[in-house]
Amino acid sequence: MEGLKVSDANLVVFLHPSKSNRVSKAVLHELSSHLFQFSEIFDGVLLAYDVDIVDRNAKLLSGIHPYIGVRLKAKLLLFSPKPNMLIEGNVVKLTPESIHVIVLGFASAVIIDEDVREEFEYRTKHGKEVYRSKAHRRHVIEVGTMVRFLVKSLDREILHICGSLEPSNTGSIHWLDQNFGELSLIDRSGTKRERENEMKMQEHAVVGGEEISLGNDQSKKSKKRRLREES
Amino acid sequence: MGVELANERAQFLEMEEVNFTDNELVYHVRTALKSASSGDSESYDELIGVMHHRERLSPDEVAMLVTCLKALSGTVSCIDVVHHESLLSSIFGMSMWNYGPEVMDALVDLIISLAASSGKFVDSCLDMLIRNFVPPYSYLALLKQPRGLSRKDQVLSRVHSALESISHLVPLAPMRLLSLVIQRMPRQNDNETVMMTYVENMFKLESGSMGQLVGSTMLIAVVDRLLDLDLEIGWEDIVQDDSSKGIFEMELEDLEEDEEDLNDEGDELPGKHLSRNSLRGNVIAEKLDSLLVLTFEYLESCQGHGRLLEVFETLLHSFRITVLNAYKSKFAQFVMFYACALDPENCGVRFARMLVDIFVCHDHPPMTRMSAVAYLASYLSRGKFLSANYITTMLKRLVDWCLDYCNVQDGDVNPFAHRVFYAGCQAIMYVLCFRMTSIMSIPRLKSQLFLMPIETILKHKSDPLKVCLPSVVGEFLKQARAARLFTVTKTFIFDDILESELSRAFGGLERLDSFFPFDPCLLKKSDSFIRPNFIFWSMVKTTYDDDEDRDEDEEGSGDEDGEESVDGVGEDRRDRMATSFNEQDIDIEEFDYALNKMSITPKQSLMYKFGGGLEELVRMPSRIRPSTSPESL
Repeated sequence: MEGLKVSDANLVVFLHPSKSNRVSKAVLHELSSHLFQFSEIFDGVLLAYDVDIVDRNAKLLSGIHPYIGVRLKAKLLLFSPKPNMLIEGNVVKLTPESIHVIVLGFASAVIIDEDVREEFEYRTKHGKEVYRSKAHRRHVIEVGTMVRFLVKSLDREILHICGSLEPSNTGSIHWLDQNFGELSLIDRSGTKRERENEMKMQEHAVVGGEEISLGNDQSKKSKKRRLREES
Repeated sequence: MGVELANERAQFLEMEEVNFTDNELVYHVRTALKSASSGDSESYDELIGVMHHRERLSPDEVAMLVTCLKALSGTVSCIDVVHHESLLSSIFGMSMWNYGPEVMDALVDLIISLAASSGKFVDSCLDMLIRNFVPPYSYLALLKQPRGLSRKDQVLSRVHSALESISHLVPLAPMRLLSLVIQRMPRQNDNETVMMTYVENMFKLESGSMGQLVGSTMLIAVVDRLLDLDLEIGWEDIVQDDSSKGIFEMELEDLEEDEEDLNDEGDELPGKHLSRNSLRGNVIAEKLDSLLVLTFEYLESCQGHGRLLEVFETLLHSFRITVLNAYKSKFAQFVMFYACALDPENCGVRFARMLVDIFVCHDHPPMTRMSAVAYLASYLSRGKFLSANYITTMLKRLVDWCLDYCNVQDGDVNPFAHRVFYAGCQAIMYVLCFRMTSIMSIPRLKSQLFLMPIETILKHKSDPLKVCLPSVVGEFLKQARAARLFTVTKTFIFDDILESELSRAFGGLERLDSFFPFDPCLLKKSDSFIRPNFIFWSMVKTTYDDDEDRDEDEEGSGDEDGEESVDGVGEDRRDRMATSFNEQDIDIEEFDYALNKMSITPKQSLMYKFGGGLEELVRMPSRIRPSTSPESL
């Protein structure tokens, strides 16, 4: 799944003097208050962090209350879906006009009927609602299916994603993996373009959204962009 | 006829053909919305017109409204925040209380679809649902009727299930919900019914499926509101300070109610200056009373579901950060008292332990520590559900701390410097005033009590006996002498004065020297919950009771005896009456009931002369029957 990255960050957390006897706890509390919120500075939603206190000496901020600036080194797990990324989520509701998906358990996404490609049609089978593909009878989207879809836009305040099932590599993950997986097995000696497609598929193939691309997305914060946060 | 009416109103729906498919309706609404964006707002305005019908809708109008709402649910993706602002404001302005169940269902579906469709609508949808927690002002009077109650049921069940559906589709919605609910919470001056209904909803959220996410904030907000109301009641409304009477005489229980009666009688019972009368008609007090009762009932239901402990943790946290430091909170703390009464072994113990821990810990500011020990003293004295064993354990911790302090400190009388110590000493004495007899009656605890270095502490150079509240010291010394716990060589002449200059000095501006937070609750409705778990002073058997004149005849004990007549009923007579009651095998409740039914004047004088001794009689049999005596808990 795209959109997840792990960033290294140098942070400075400013703590109120009353917290000086329990610094680690206060630092964790401060960082936790930023979870599941979109941060401009990190350019993403903070999902998890792993933090180390670098220096036992802290800088004092002069003023009425001498806030203590604790320097940290942190690994941050960030989620920042951009338009045209492919992300995955769990379907929770189907209506004739929309498909409602939950991504990573906290972000809500909706795919409206205009953004669902023609091949899918809404049906009610045995009291259950499904979106069934007319081209491939096995390709079915129902409540509980994991789907892969394209990001159209993101509402940063409530972390609401607008998605699209237009491209052909979107839909039920289970079916996509089966069928595209088979294709790549059968057609290894195919044309260059097919091999390219195959590599693209492997790049995007994720099991349960757990693979995180580490290499190209690490960003180190320079001293100028050091974060200042008041507690 | 229906067709004609419809024609007049909604051209675009063309009701000549009754059977429209859902798709066609959706298509019509979509067109209306899209054309409104581009300027042609005729059908759009008609749509809004339908939404505005409110009072007494005919079945046709209801059907129309339901159809429109359902069609809108299918077109939420076309609704734009800017272009369709008037439509949105009319949707969000609808109050479910004005409609029947079909309209409610359609409206709720629309709201859920709107919330799930775009991040921009989530806050407004949640806000609309929260506004539906309470009925519109015009509906308030109807709430008391059965029709109103059933409507309330219909609305609230749908509102809460809608909130749950939204949180299912938009997982971060509870976060927004929290802040919105707190924002919209009624203030102290708002209508009482509105406030009660709103708080009911908050409790429902706490116990619902979102409880883990929003529950503790809801509880803390309710306690805050209790405290706000509490602080609005001035102390002048309650107490007319009469320092000529000792605190042990100022108990209120005998003034159970008959306020009219008091007025008729014309005579004023001496020493009873705390008056429930002055709170009658006090609007704020009544609100506080109702809110307290609501909270008590909620605690009872939590206990029924086995959730009391987790709710209690939140209450404890809230108590610690707000009530404990509030300047002389009057009744809000009874929430803790009642929760402890419901579960003495867990909650009761936890509460006392927290208070002791705060008292002995140097990290807390002195005011907080003094406040904590005042709460502890009052709690240990008044909680009927606390065992003598546990009280002795707590006392021991206080005594140990005071002893350590004595060993370290070597100063003279200095009310300010040693104020925490004086507060601790006063707490020990206060608890023993109430509990000495019950502790002494158990040999094991009696020996523990005698082993405690209380004498050393009280005879320390800083002289707590001189500084602490004279009425407490006086009563304590009296009982200690009778119990042969220890004797003082100096005689203390207090003349029943309530306070002295020294006690005022150690109490400070906040008067923590005369702060007894769990004194009888003056709010009528709440008191009925508290009373069965509460120890009134008149119920306490003091150690010097046995020495009282046994030949006191029933008529003879004059009113001036005040305190004496309260406790001075001869043992023989009590025994006799106790046995006679036993023989008759009267149910305690029946007896209470019978007592209340007695004619008013004799009851008053009886109650006053026996001074609640009759109540004590009721309890006497329970002391004879070991299984129900408090010590055996």
